[in-house]
This record gives sequence, C-alpha cells and structure tokens, in this order.
Amino acid sequence: MRSNPSHYELTTPATLEAVLDILASDLGPYTPIAGGTELMVALGAGRLATRKLVSINHLQELRFIATTPETLTLGSGTTFTDLRKDPVIATDFSLLSQAASWTGSIANQNRGTLGGNIVNASPAADSLPALLAYEAELTLVSARATRTIPYAGFHLGYKKTILRPDELLHSITLKRDFREYAHYARKVGTRNAQAISKVAIAALARLKDGLIQDIRIGAASLRDRPIRLTATERVLQNQPITRETIAAARAALTSETQPIDDIRSTAKYRAAVAANLLEEFLHQLKP
Amino acid sequence: MTQITLTINGETKTIEAPPMKRLLDLIREDLHLTGTKEGCGEGECGSCSVLMNGELVNSCLVPALQANGARICTIEGISTKGRLHPIQQCFLERGGAQCGICTPGMILATHHLLEKYPQPTLLQIQEGLAGNLCRCTGYTRIFDAVQQAILKTQQPTNN
Repeated sequence: MRSNPSHYELTTPATLEAVLDILASDLGPYTPIAGGTELMVALGAGRLATRKLVSINHLQELRFIATTPETLTLGSGTTFTDLRKDPVIATDFSLLSQAASWTGSIANQNRGTLGGNIVNASPAADSLPALLAYEAELTLVSARATRTIPYAGFHLGYKKTILRPDELLHSITLKRDFREYAHYARKVGTRNAQAISKVAIAALARLKDGLIQDIRIGAASLRDRPIRLTATERVLQNQPITRETIAAARAALTSETQPIDDIRSTAKYRAAVAANLLEEFLHQLKP
Repeated sequence: MTQITLTINGETKTIEAPPMKRLLDLIREDLHLTGTKEGCGEGECGSCSVLMNGELVNSCLVPALQANGARICTIEGISTKGRLHPIQQCFLERGGAQCGICTPGMILATHHLLEKYPQPTLLQIQEGLAGNLCRCTGYTRIFDAVQQAILKTQQPTNN
C-alpha cells in the first residue's frame, strides 16, 4: 500500500547550519533526505516510518570533491554521476568509480549520493566495500560538534550506525596512497547491470619480491553490514601466492563471513562465489 | 500543503501540494500531463523519466518540494509546435515504440544520452538506456532507433 504523502512533512532549510539546528531541535526526530533513491522507494511501498524529513539535496556545502596532493575529500551530497566524472577518482580510486557505475541506472546515479549510500547502511551497498578497502574517514557534523571517525567503525549491525539523531554525515576523506596498488572490484548479481549484488568484493594489494606486502579486502552481502575481511588479510600478509596460500585464504574468508539465504541468493552460493572472487584476485596478482 | 513553483516545458507554474508528493503525481495529477508514465514506482523501470535541470531523473523518486525552482522537461516538451522531435520520429520509423508505456522515458533517456555523448557507441547506448525497461521490443529496435537519431540530430538543418 502506498503511503499518503499528506502525512509527511518535508522542509528545505536554506543552509547547512539551519539543517543542523532542525536536527538538534525538540521537534524531531527528522530524517535527512538527499536524492530520495532509497527513502522515496520506502514511501511508495508504504514503509517510510519517519514522518518528518529535512531536505539536504539543495545544499551545495555538501556537494563537492576537494583534492590535495595527499587526500581526496568528498561531500556527502556527491552523486554517483559526480564520482564517475571525476578524473582523480578514476586514476587514484578506481574501485570507487567502478562501484559508482554499478549503482543503479543513470537516472539513479544522477540523484543518489555517496553519503546516502553510507547512512542507509545496506549490507549490499555497492560503494561501501571500496570505502573500507581505502580506509575512508568520515566527518560527522552536528549543531554542537564535529567529529572525524574511521569509516570501519561506522556500522554497528544490520542498518545500525553510530550516527546520532542530531548528526549529519558531512564528508568522506580518502588518503591518496594507493596508486602503487593492484585494484580489484567485482560484483556478482542476477544480471550484469541493474541488479542488487549477491556478493561484491573490492580489494587492493601491493606485492614486494613476490610476497603480499599489504592487502585490503572489502566485501558486500557477506554479513549484516559491509565488512573488511581482516582475518583473510592476515592469512595473506607476507605470503607468496601459492596454491596453499589460496586455500588458506579461502578457508579464512569462509570462517569470517556469515552470508544468509534471502530473496537474492543463498548463503552457500554467496560463500562459494566470494571465495572464487578472492581467488580470482589472487591469481591476477601473480607476478 | 506547500507552494511549489517550477518551470514545466518552458512554462512557469505554481501549485499547492504536499511537499512529499511524488513529482510524478504532481506532473500527472496537478499539471495534467499524462505522457509521463508510472511503471514500477520504485526507480527500477524508468517509465517516469523526466529531465530535471537537464539531468535524467525518475520522477517517482523526487519529492515535489525538491522540484521547487527547477526546470522540468517531460515528453510533452520534447516535440516543438506539434512537430515530432527527430528522436521521436526515429522511434516511430524503426519500430522502437510498441505498447508505448516505456516510450516517453526511453525518448527522454535518449535525449539525455545524446546531450552527453553526441555519437555514443552501442555500449554507451545500452548503458544510457539500461534503467529503462521495455517488455515489447526486445530492445534491438530501440537501439536501431537511437542509432538513426544520432545521424538525424547531427544534421538539424537537413530535415
């Protein structure tokens, strides 16, 4: 059953400061809405629980891409189209531009935002494994304080995050340290495009003298939240890519993931495909 | 209710509507422009595609208030003075329109694609239209129509 739009309130404060004041006020709780590609679907399906929304789509303060020689900072209102068009992201953070190209259709990429993807916290979100692999930092703002935290600690459980009701995700910062790394991103869905993932992996690795010097593996749809496969990374650290290493990494991946059966796939299939994706990446790394 | 002022196909209109009303419903019910279709209502099928400030969007996912001050172009704004746009003409000639439900969205997605890439490859056409589902044509005739439209839109003085 579709919701009656008359039951919902939506305000569009002119500035970020005014948005933060509303989020901090006693009149709430308010839910920020940017491109609407998630919340409007919920509205259409009659399952948008929040009755008060505050629009942040028009805030140019949140829609920016800033680069320094060391860092890239993305405003939370950066759309997937913005991500795909940016030359620095294409060269330094190709996992992110690839993920942006998988995220829905062109029309949805024109509206959907990176901040929305993070805050919506779907375990199947396309862009989040890349942010884990790149060790992104998030800046959260509120009327009373600003805090910067590692993205790795943002998700607490299924669609649960550390974001407080008065806080807004302001920006995402990545260090430009990965030009020497091999990049690997692959999503397996029902079709090549326009399908939510069954499993996705975004990974980075650097080899030295035939040994894996550093490896970072982000994954979607393998637990209740997007995860970094740290146990698997530890197994691979300082190892040559041999049959034994690959077998150990596959076993570690299986032990640290908890895929589920749902409408899109089965736990068994997800576990097998995830291990195969990891193995594909390791084969590609061989000198 | 909130006052929403927008420019629709070149005309400025002010409407009273709930701010969370879908832009799709505002266009169909308040502006009485029924060329924009509803398919899935969840951003998967592209039938409700319109151009908002020149960008392709699914109007079922846009709260009406976010369109305040925006320029909206629907299928009704694509033809000029009763003459079909070359993209529409090509869809007719190449059998790119059958039942017609996806067609307005397909035409707007094609328009947006050709603005970005005047000479798209077949892959770019496929990606540009991937968010627009058609259950009649099998897509081949739509791609043929777009490829013909590439030639036509490049020779505007010859038609």
